[in-house]
Amino acid sequence: MPKVTFIQPDGSAETVEIAEGLSVMEGAMEYGIPGILAQCGGGCSCSTCHCYVADEWVAALPAPADDESGLLEFAWEPKESSRLTCQIHITPELEGLILHVPEQQI
Amino acid sequence: MPETTIIAGAGQAGGQTAISLRQAGYEGKIILCGAEGLPPYQRPPLSKKYLGGELERARLFLRPQSFYETQEIDLRPDSEVLAVDRAARKVTLEGGEVLSYDHLVLATGSRPRSLTIPGSELADIFYLRTLLDVDAIRGRMEAGRQLVVVGGGYIGLEVAATAKQAGLDVCVLEAAPRLLGRVTAPEMSEYYLEAHRSRGVDVRVHAAVSAFSGNHAIEVVECKGSDGLDERIPADMAVVGIGVSPATDLAEKAGLSCDDGISVDEHCRTSDAHIYAVGDCTRHPNPILGRRLRLESVQNAIEQAKTAAANIVGNPLRYEQIPWFWSDQFDLKLQMAGISEGYDAVVQRGSMEADDFALFYLREGLLIAVDAVNRPREFMACRKLLPERARIEPSRLEDESIPMQEMI
Repeated sequence: MPKVTFIQPDGSAETVEIAEGLSVMEGAMEYGIPGILAQCGGGCSCSTCHCYVADEWVAALPAPADDESGLLEFAWEPKESSRLTCQIHITPELEGLILHVPEQQI
Repeated sequence: MPETTIIAGAGQAGGQTAISLRQAGYEGKIILCGAEGLPPYQRPPLSKKYLGGELERARLFLRPQSFYETQEIDLRPDSEVLAVDRAARKVTLEGGEVLSYDHLVLATGSRPRSLTIPGSELADIFYLRTLLDVDAIRGRMEAGRQLVVVGGGYIGLEVAATAKQAGLDVCVLEAAPRLLGRVTAPEMSEYYLEAHRSRGVDVRVHAAVSAFSGNHAIEVVECKGSDGLDERIPADMAVVGIGVSPATDLAEKAGLSCDDGISVDEHCRTSDAHIYAVGDCTRHPNPILGRRLRLESVQNAIEQAKTAAANIVGNPLRYEQIPWFWSDQFDLKLQMAGISEGYDAVVQRGSMEADDFALFYLREGLLIAVDAVNRPREFMACRKLLPERARIEPSRLEDESIPMQEMI
């Protein structure tokens, strides 16, 4: 299973294995990664699973759809690398993916 | 002796309370008692992606089974709490076991209102609240069958949209003059009526269902139309979605203060300091809205759970949030924030014809709510604006040349 690393605002990191086909958000929930709330449960409706994708990984992900972009523009401190983790689906190519958890959601 | 928290109800609010207690560093015993025989799972997808077969069952669960073991959460999905002895601080579980608590959290949820009319005991008449309800509905949903949905609220309309997309013939019967009458403005009701009709759903308002008939299973739904004439609508199955009632009986039997919901304060504490209540079952104060209300939403379930957990570990967190909701029907993603009740003006931005618009609700010039269809920016901007009690000129709100970012 591909490994994904979540880096918290204080610099602490946790690497977890997420099964292919699941979203990064679902993996984060399974391991209880702090700071990812995912209130809507993956419906692309709330923006509370926002993370920053590490610079070297941004290009590896398909571009966000408009509903995701619209939510991200108003997320807490959005950046070019912002994504909703419920919209990132795990594939073998994402082995080693690194994400930074924001200081807060919304 | 370590302290014990018992959670009565293992839905989203109950499950989240257990999760949040451990996240907050709670070291006592946690006993999570459910009535559905399943670990906590997400309810919103039930009438959406799960009903449509787009989401596997395993992905509904909030946490894998192993989580409860590693976190030392004593999950008992088959042990409904039947009685509370407040003086002794004990609960009685289904099966008779008696357990002591230091803190009790009531997360009893809500129950579908039932329709008791002639024929309501026939087979293939369903309600939609639990995962098992949806499994039963899915088992009967086959293309070409005729589904009658009783009730034009969010659940009914989501079921109608999903079933239509699965190839069923769908008829929605709403007794009131308009769809979504309890929760939204006439403009939105009219929009959703047209949205469903244009996508092939037979929607009828002013249609009061008077009886179901059939031989063992439902065959016909009888209703009285606005013209007063009786109609007989053929049905292979029916789904009844006419609202829910808060499950307050346990709290009432225990003598806790209730008022169409278990009364709690801003810390989610009931009239007994050792007992909290969270989720659909509560009537709670909202300091931003300046009134008490009851909400049927996952945001409310999760955030009240976090509030109760924080207070149990000694952090006096208050629950104060702008309510938000969403509903997926066909290609329409509706996102709502705030409570529009009491508005005196509606401002539209975008185009209903293009299924791409937001309605802003104002009261005395203050923005109080938004309903946004395929408009995430308007929804998100309002989630930021609403707590600030923003005053925005209607002419600016409707002007598409001004980005929502500039209104914040």
